[in-house]
Amino acid sequence: MAIQQLTAFVENRRGRLVEVTRLLSDAGVDLRALSIADTQEFGILRGIVDKTDEALSALQKEGILVQLTPVVGVRLTDRPGELSRALGVLDDAGINVEYVYAFLAVTPGVADVVLRVQDNAAAENALTAAGFEIM
Amino acid sequence: MQETYYQREIETMAPDALRALQSEKLRRQVRHVWENVPYYRDKMKEAGVSPEDITGIEDLYKLPFLSKADLRDTYPYGMLAVPLSECVRIQSTSGTTGKRVIAYYTQHDVDLWEDCCARALVAAGATKEDVVQVCYGYGLFTGGAGLHGGSHKVGSLTLPMSSGNTERQITFMMDLKSTVLCCTPSYAAYIGESLAERGYKPEDNCLKAGIFGAEPWTEEMRRGIENSLGIKAYDIYGLTETFECKEQKGMHINEDHFLAEIIDPDTGEVLPDGQKGELVFTSLDKEAFPLLRYRTRDICVLDRTPCHCGRTHVRMAKPMGRSDDMLIIRGVNVFPSQIETVLLNEGYAPNYRIEVDRVNNSDTFDVFVELLPEQFTDTVSGVTAMERKLTDALRLMLGISPKVHLVPPKSIERSEGKAKRVIDKRNLHD
Repeated sequence: MAIQQLTAFVENRRGRLVEVTRLLSDAGVDLRALSIADTQEFGILRGIVDKTDEALSALQKEGILVQLTPVVGVRLTDRPGELSRALGVLDDAGINVEYVYAFLAVTPGVADVVLRVQDNAAAENALTAAGFEIM
Repeated sequence: MQETYYQREIETMAPDALRALQSEKLRRQVRHVWENVPYYRDKMKEAGVSPEDITGIEDLYKLPFLSKADLRDTYPYGMLAVPLSECVRIQSTSGTTGKRVIAYYTQHDVDLWEDCCARALVAAGATKEDVVQVCYGYGLFTGGAGLHGGSHKVGSLTLPMSSGNTERQITFMMDLKSTVLCCTPSYAAYIGESLAERGYKPEDNCLKAGIFGAEPWTEEMRRGIENSLGIKAYDIYGLTETFECKEQKGMHINEDHFLAEIIDPDTGEVLPDGQKGELVFTSLDKEAFPLLRYRTRDICVLDRTPCHCGRTHVRMAKPMGRSDDMLIIRGVNVFPSQIETVLLNEGYAPNYRIEVDRVNNSDTFDVFVELLPEQFTDTVSGVTAMERKLTDALRLMLGISPKVHLVPPKSIERSEGKAKRVIDKRNLHD
């Protein structure tokens, strides 16, 4: 089952990022995972939050371009080589990964990551078959 | 279908006869201005021209130009050519930039104006059987009064709706079976959307034609309006000077009342037909507010090839932009309206900002465009691919390649009325 990622378009200029994070904090939203892809012109903020609907409406209300993107969350054992093994499974299944980023480490011995692929169901099936736990 | 005319004899007059009529009217109009408008007489004296020098339309080029600044400077009575007691009406511009411009009308002038609007209505298919819904603004603005009077002359049932109150517009349109709609193109598009929101299909209304003008619009907008309302959409420029026939290959200029010239906006030199330049109008039989060689600032092309509709009057292409707006970037002429056309074609909102600068002796050209929520994707490659596609489309239209910047929705400043779309920083360095 895919999890919902909050995706926001942020202009690459001073003060824009802090504006977005402040809106989230004002709405009492906690970030569990965060990644920012940036170019000279703009950035795309991607995050997994505890209260998705609140986060979405808090940003939309201020006119920020934001959407929900279904992504795959996978739970890895925190040891060298595990991410590589998971990505290898997807590669073998012919599934292309657009981007990947990690959750904050909260449970010792566990590393959760977010995977963005074209076909979530196929990725989840491949990972489950290889013994990975899907979030 | 048989072509119909409001004033067949004049609209289809043989070119030689038309020229003779124009020459005679021009001589009288120049004499009238010389005798009654000291402001223009001084301009003529300065240019070393007297009424005797104007024997026909071939001498038109000798007369000095008028610009909007002249009209503002002479506000409120300076260009008036008859005693105020002879005037029956004024109309006025929006006056967004500084002082208003007021135009005066005698009863003769009102009749002439309404005749021109009647020609436009008949060319769009209006008859006395039709129901003409006028939702141009009434009042000082020329739109409402002009088409209202034209519709009376045709004998159509006239609905004097004025602008706004869309709910009521739709009620009257459906209940009274309006067949011809007159408004600005943006309002026509809005009415189309509003009808769809209420569950009406284009075939549910009785409209067959619309006459839309008073603001710039594109062919894409025309198609959108035609599809949403199920009508043929006609363009009108200036509401008196021109109208469009069924052929829709440019707008016929009412040449028995107005002479049109195309000039080089920089030198003022008259350009041959078919060349692109600034449109200049000369009124031929206005009593109260005659204007000789008035520079419109609109850039367009005149076409004298015969029109299949049978009208002999010259046609003007839809203006490509304002001479004030034209930018020369890396030696290429760029009009903001061209950029707007591409944006609409590519599915973007026509909200944009152009920035031009000069860095290391070469022009930079940046176009900022708002991303629509449904276009946003979560990958950098997705957004940059959209920028690239838009850049390619703009290069194809303009002949030079801008740098496209996609920015968040509503981040480009909106202004009431005319938007400030162009920021040219090059002048600062000169």
